[in-house]
Amino acid sequence: MTDEPFVRISGVVKRFGKGAPALDHIDGEILGGRITGLVGPDGAGKTTLIRLMTGLMLPDEGKVDVLGFDTAKDPAGIQASIGYMPQRFGLYEDLSVQENLDLYADLRGLPLAERTATYDELLEFTDLKRFTSRLAGKLSGGMKQKLGLACALLRKPRLLLLDEPGVGVDPISRRDLWKMVENLTASGIGVVWSTAYLDEAEACDGVLLLNEGKLLFAGAPSELTGRVADRVFKVSGVTGRRRETLARFLDKDGVVDGVIQGEAIRLVMAPGATPPSAPSENAGVTPQATVTPPRFEDAFIDMLGGGPGGHSKLAEAQKPFANESGKPVIEAHGLTKRFGDFTAADDITFDIPRGQIFGLLGPNGAGKSTTFKMLCGLLKPSAGEGRVAGFDLRRDAAEARNRLGYMAQKFSLYGDLSVAQNLNFFAGVYGLSGERKKERTQLMVEIFGFGRLLAMSAKDLPLGLKQRLALACAVLHEPEALFLDEPTSGVDPITRREFWTHINGLVEKGVTVLVTTHFMDEAEYCDRISLIYRGRSIALGSPDDLKKQVADAACPDPTMEDAFIALVQRSEERQAAA
Amino acid sequence: MSSPAPIAAPTTGRGRRFAALVRKESYQIVRDPSSILIAFVLPLILLFLFGYGVSLDTTQTRIGLVVEQETPLTRDLAAGFQASRYFSVSLGRDRRDFEDDLVLGRIRGLVIIPARFEADHAAGQHPTLQVLVDGSDPNTANFVQNYAQATVANWERQRLEQDAGRPPAISTEQRFWFNPELTSRNFLVPGSIAIVMTLVGTLLTSLVVAREWERGTMEAMMATPVSAAELLAGKLLPYFLLGLTSMTLCVLLAVFLFGVPFRGSVAALYALSATFLMPALGQGLLISAATKNQFLASQLALISAFLPAFLLSGFLFEINSMPTVIQWITFIVPARYLIPSLQTVFLAGDIWPMFLQSIAVMLLIGCVFFVLAARSTRKRIG
Repeated sequence: MTDEPFVRISGVVKRFGKGAPALDHIDGEILGGRITGLVGPDGAGKTTLIRLMTGLMLPDEGKVDVLGFDTAKDPAGIQASIGYMPQRFGLYEDLSVQENLDLYADLRGLPLAERTATYDELLEFTDLKRFTSRLAGKLSGGMKQKLGLACALLRKPRLLLLDEPGVGVDPISRRDLWKMVENLTASGIGVVWSTAYLDEAEACDGVLLLNEGKLLFAGAPSELTGRVADRVFKVSGVTGRRRETLARFLDKDGVVDGVIQGEAIRLVMAPGATPPSAPSENAGVTPQATVTPPRFEDAFIDMLGGGPGGHSKLAEAQKPFANESGKPVIEAHGLTKRFGDFTAADDITFDIPRGQIFGLLGPNGAGKSTTFKMLCGLLKPSAGEGRVAGFDLRRDAAEARNRLGYMAQKFSLYGDLSVAQNLNFFAGVYGLSGERKKERTQLMVEIFGFGRLLAMSAKDLPLGLKQRLALACAVLHEPEALFLDEPTSGVDPITRREFWTHINGLVEKGVTVLVTTHFMDEAEYCDRISLIYRGRSIALGSPDDLKKQVADAACPDPTMEDAFIALVQRSEERQAAA
Repeated sequence: MSSPAPIAAPTTGRGRRFAALVRKESYQIVRDPSSILIAFVLPLILLFLFGYGVSLDTTQTRIGLVVEQETPLTRDLAAGFQASRYFSVSLGRDRRDFEDDLVLGRIRGLVIIPARFEADHAAGQHPTLQVLVDGSDPNTANFVQNYAQATVANWERQRLEQDAGRPPAISTEQRFWFNPELTSRNFLVPGSIAIVMTLVGTLLTSLVVAREWERGTMEAMMATPVSAAELLAGKLLPYFLLGLTSMTLCVLLAVFLFGVPFRGSVAALYALSATFLMPALGQGLLISAATKNQFLASQLALISAFLPAFLLSGFLFEINSMPTVIQWITFIVPARYLIPSLQTVFLAGDIWPMFLQSIAVMLLIGCVFFVLAARSTRKRIG
């Protein structure tokens, strides 16, 4: 292996229209034989940088050299020796697995003599042998992704560019894919793996960390996490209202960042600061702060100057909901939804007491959103029943809906309406009028700092602000129950913190929250979670419970992802046995 | 690293790459219900519509006829109107009887034989009739006016013949060549074939290319050694053949089901159709390369190709009667050149000087579209 980098990016600037550049003076190198993570939230410039490496896009300033070719002068030279998997895998859905392979083999000029052996190897590698005649459109997300990879690997590329291969794929497939790619690097191939998941970044050999078009860090992830080593603490044994405790911690000097982690609180401290002590309500247990291994996200937040304080103006303005009856606010009993002969959600049962956060955790297509939509009254269940604030969704759907706030995936706002118009519109939809409407919208403008942005079209807002506006629209009418569908997908970690500070504050006031997520660590912010896999709930419990269930000698302190994978495997074994 | 240095030689394997692209496209056409819909079902619907539904032949327009004073002479003229195959006549004595009918559109025109008619006629003066028409539909208004005049002229001639007891010095005998019964179906059906090829060539092509952009497959293609020209050609050939297939289906239906005569040669038919597909496909490619979005592409294709082929090609509306500016615009509508030639192939036979001129113009327009499309389909994104 030579030390000459496969890709050399020097002083690259790329602009789209007016405004801040999509990439702002980026320098970096990508080496052969290792996985380089291109890490950052949505809109950071990851896809643009990958496209620059393919030669499909040219930089406005600076230059990109790939495998010794200048992308501006010799894109054909590059395209002959790279494998590229764009975000949606680049597959033809009405072609079968074999036809897709044939097409790419022809386009990449794989000699006929080598085909049988190469196909065999790749189909073995991706475990797609049984599916060669199936149409690509009929494959699961994980299988599509493997086929996309196989197509990119025909005629062994020297450099493999993967644009967000982990998105929307279940953790098991994601782990499979990672292993495959790791094997490739052993043969000297250089791999670029772009991702918004910070846990994926941790596993890379090297990372380029991007945020808003700027390069924040280049190097080994351990170097970055090393910066916060010995500064990350897990405060366990906090009894009672740990979200309130977290909020107080966050407002203290010396606390850089903090999140709920199961029953504990995770804190990142400024250098030299000692973690604050938690109050003990239960005489038997003393809260204890222990040093815990840092994660990539801890370091990222530290680098961005720390998270926001623990104070939520939104929660302050919220009137408290008293817990009188002790009855659950959201209930699902045997919720089932069938589309034709496909069961999207199968016998889902849970209930959420007032002032708790409940998470539906699972990969895309598992049935989270279906369950979710049945509980907001957007989808009629085929069987079972759901209740919100005591109202049956079949009979009193309108009453139930008045009591819930819904924040849809991808923050579905009206893009062509301005910020003010969106707020007014949603206030109207939720039946606010007159003085109260004015008061509530004014309050949202103050809390979220929309003052200068009121006239801007929602579609032109940066992702983080879109998310804020979507939250504002969902809580305008002070709902008892809040439904959040993938609320922090793709946003930067600071915005994510801010979002959870609001949610935690609202929960303290008695708002009940149902959230869907495929972020494993976000699941740990919940009081309880249900793991949804292929339409069924395969496990239900507090995050700590679920992790404990799978802990063994080999893996004494499993992550949420470990737990998920182990529980899926157990459930499949049970099914196979039955 | 042991893998051999890859050779960047896009010229080798060009044949195989092209074949692979064409094969891929063909699978997609066969498997995608929407392309079958646009290439075969929609043309059938259109053809049936024009074959059975739409007719530009005028028969039996309803008019009112007011005879203010009944005399043998006026009765005779009224009988002339009643006998006309173009009018369905309601008789009355006073124009006020018909005013409401005209306003409400129950009749299209009102012919008034004034009380002075007989007297004027007897005095040897030229008697006048009054014709009131509903101008809101200028076509029908014109029609009523012209046919009313013709009916009167006819009646006068017959009177003269009777009076003089001899045939008139000059009489005209009309014969319509090529379409003796003046059946509009006979020229609508060949015209609708041009519309069908516009659908396949422009609408379908712009949709499928835009779809590749939307689904990200275009990006994946471009990152392979395939060249932009190969990509374009690989798209064009299948849709070119699909357009010709669709056209063949239409012609077979036209001839065998609707009995439209086919007096020209098959060679002329294919030469004209194949040439027409050049500008049609070129426009489709240009639209999709410019929009990269299926919704926008379909809107643009409908407005810039389908509607002009319908409205500005002489298919339904006579180009000579359009305002001058609009007439200029028709010169860049490829269907304008195809439709008269196709009608000629069907109804008259091969008139190569006319065909060659049409072919030359269509090729020219096609070249312009292709140059523009090729320039906007570089192997670059954004």
